[in-house]
Amino acid sequence: MKLTLAGVSHHNAPIELRERVALDLDACRALAQRLAQRLEGEAVVLSTCNRTELYLVREEHADDEAVDALVQLAGDRADDLAAALYRLRDEAAALHLFRVAAGLDSLVPGEGEILGQVRAAFEAGSAGPFLDRLFRQALHTGKRVRMETAIGESPASVPSAAAALAQQVFGDLTGHRVLLLGAGKISESAARNLRSRGAEIAVVANRTLAHGEDLARKLGASALALDAVATELERADVVVSATSASELVLSRESVAAALRARKGRPLLLLDLAVPRDLDPAINDLDGCFLYDVDDLEAVVTETLSGRRGEAARAEQLVAGEADRFREWQASLDIVPTIASLRALAEEIRDRELLKAGGRLSERERKHIESVTSQIVAKLLHLPTIRLKEAAAAADGVVYADVVKHLFGLEEEERRR
Amino acid sequence: MRSGERMAELLVVPALLAYGEAAFAYAGELRGPGLAGRLATWGVRLGWLAQTALLVGQAASVEGFPWGTWAGSLNLFVWLVVGAYLIWGCTPRYRLLGLTVMPIAVALLALAWAGGGTGLDENELSGAALAAHVALMLAGFAGLTLAAGMAALYVWQERRLKRHERRVLRVRVPPLDALDRLAARAIVGSIILLALGIGVGAASFERGDFDAAMAVTFLILANYCALLVLRHEGWRGRRAALLNLTGFALVAIVLPLTHFAG
Repeated sequence: MKLTLAGVSHHNAPIELRERVALDLDACRALAQRLAQRLEGEAVVLSTCNRTELYLVREEHADDEAVDALVQLAGDRADDLAAALYRLRDEAAALHLFRVAAGLDSLVPGEGEILGQVRAAFEAGSAGPFLDRLFRQALHTGKRVRMETAIGESPASVPSAAAALAQQVFGDLTGHRVLLLGAGKISESAARNLRSRGAEIAVVANRTLAHGEDLARKLGASALALDAVATELERADVVVSATSASELVLSRESVAAALRARKGRPLLLLDLAVPRDLDPAINDLDGCFLYDVDDLEAVVTETLSGRRGEAARAEQLVAGEADRFREWQASLDIVPTIASLRALAEEIRDRELLKAGGRLSERERKHIESVTSQIVAKLLHLPTIRLKEAAAAADGVVYADVVKHLFGLEEEERRR
Repeated sequence: MRSGERMAELLVVPALLAYGEAAFAYAGELRGPGLAGRLATWGVRLGWLAQTALLVGQAASVEGFPWGTWAGSLNLFVWLVVGAYLIWGCTPRYRLLGLTVMPIAVALLALAWAGGGTGLDENELSGAALAAHVALMLAGFAGLTLAAGMAALYVWQERRLKRHERRVLRVRVPPLDALDRLAARAIVGSIILLALGIGVGAASFERGDFDAAMAVTFLILANYCALLVLRHEGWRGRRAALLNLTGFALVAIVLPLTHFAG
């Protein structure tokens, strides 16, 4: 069976082209079914905001069919598609999928969403034994990379670093209250990141109450005027501040006053505003952790460089998995040869036993049958092992041809 | 002594090696999760199995209670500490706790070995009450050791967060809140075990005057009870962790000196 991959991705296709060939899951399912039927093989379509890829399997490579399908999707942008299209086969295609599943081919290396998208594409696709094995191993590879390296753990943006810090202080954020100071885009982005990790956006406080109410409605929170946050400060676990105020919004004294009622519960304050909203001296208070934009950006820079280091380790893991898949694929090619060789040996044994059958008693016949069976098994054991080993290496096809030639397996197959 | 029994004594060697490997590998885990962390966890598991086999060998071979000496108690104590750590230590999130627990385990087991606590020599102490007293006290102190490990980790991580260290998210450390909460729970459990141990001891043995060991034990109990009360009143986080470590200093330094020196 031959594997063909054709696709476009964020590496060389602009968004205008990617959105043209992008498909939702139902469309992926329908296209995979059509292609599998037309090819009499297997097909999976993976489509995300960063890529659309077709994985096709049949007796021969199916480059033309894969490209045709993408050209049809591209419509009047077929010329652009030709320039951005990549085609890969067999080992290279498998390695590519493993890298995709591991997040190594993503815009932000190690992002976690892609693994779920690969799983969904696999489940919606028309996978047979070959693609089933390929995608299962790809999913396994993606999980291994995330478990055995830290590539997916480090935040890649200031809002996600803020949320990761909150988790470092509180663990699971479910039920933890967030107080937003300011109702701008930065506040909203940070709030959405925290909410996606389970935090409850409790209050939005803004100088203009109406703006605060708008954002509060979107986030399911209540709204307050900026000068009435003292009570909420006693109850909140995380404070995110991003107002456009030119002076401090929270002083050390106001936070210290709230701390007395908090009974030692930690408080994380994230100052995303420039100029800063929160008094830097708040960080000196026991149980308070104050991070401003520079602190968060430093964390992101460090973690991104860490991601690159982890990516090198992840590439090694992925290469190992790709080798395993190559060995499995090669063993598929050698299996028919081994089966033919064993069938030939059994046939010869049966023929000779038949010839001698009339001259033997029942007991002798059973004894000879057992002995010859063992001889055949022992004779073929080592060649079978060696053939499988050779299949995993580059010269597997040569070995298979030599065995076929030496034992006349082609003629035997034709005769049968 | 039969050669089989001598062989059982030698189980302390693989246990020490495996714990040592784990302590070393946990340092590698600081660079990020991966092979080092898995090697460390397997070191803890294999070492604990070897030490379990050693304790079983001791229990089967020795008449009476095999861990009545200070070195024997230390051997059993290490086993309890590592066993308790295994409950949390195998999960990736809490793996780094091993960085504080395993070096202590290695040092104490080596001390127990040097003091003859891993051998199969006869011991004049015997009886179910003694076994219960020693086991409860050691389990209590093992819990306090774990709590101290968590407190040390808390102080370290809190300091990193306060200083805005760039690498603060690169090392997988348990959340501060969880460390604070789990340490408090470990202390509550340990206080109950210690109280039971003292109760069994008081009810079962004839003791002379109120001695230094008993005074220190009560001081330890009082310290940890005070910690829990203060924590309830708002002394959480770093202050609770420091108080926890102070209490453990009493356990680690003063108690052995007063209890076993005699």
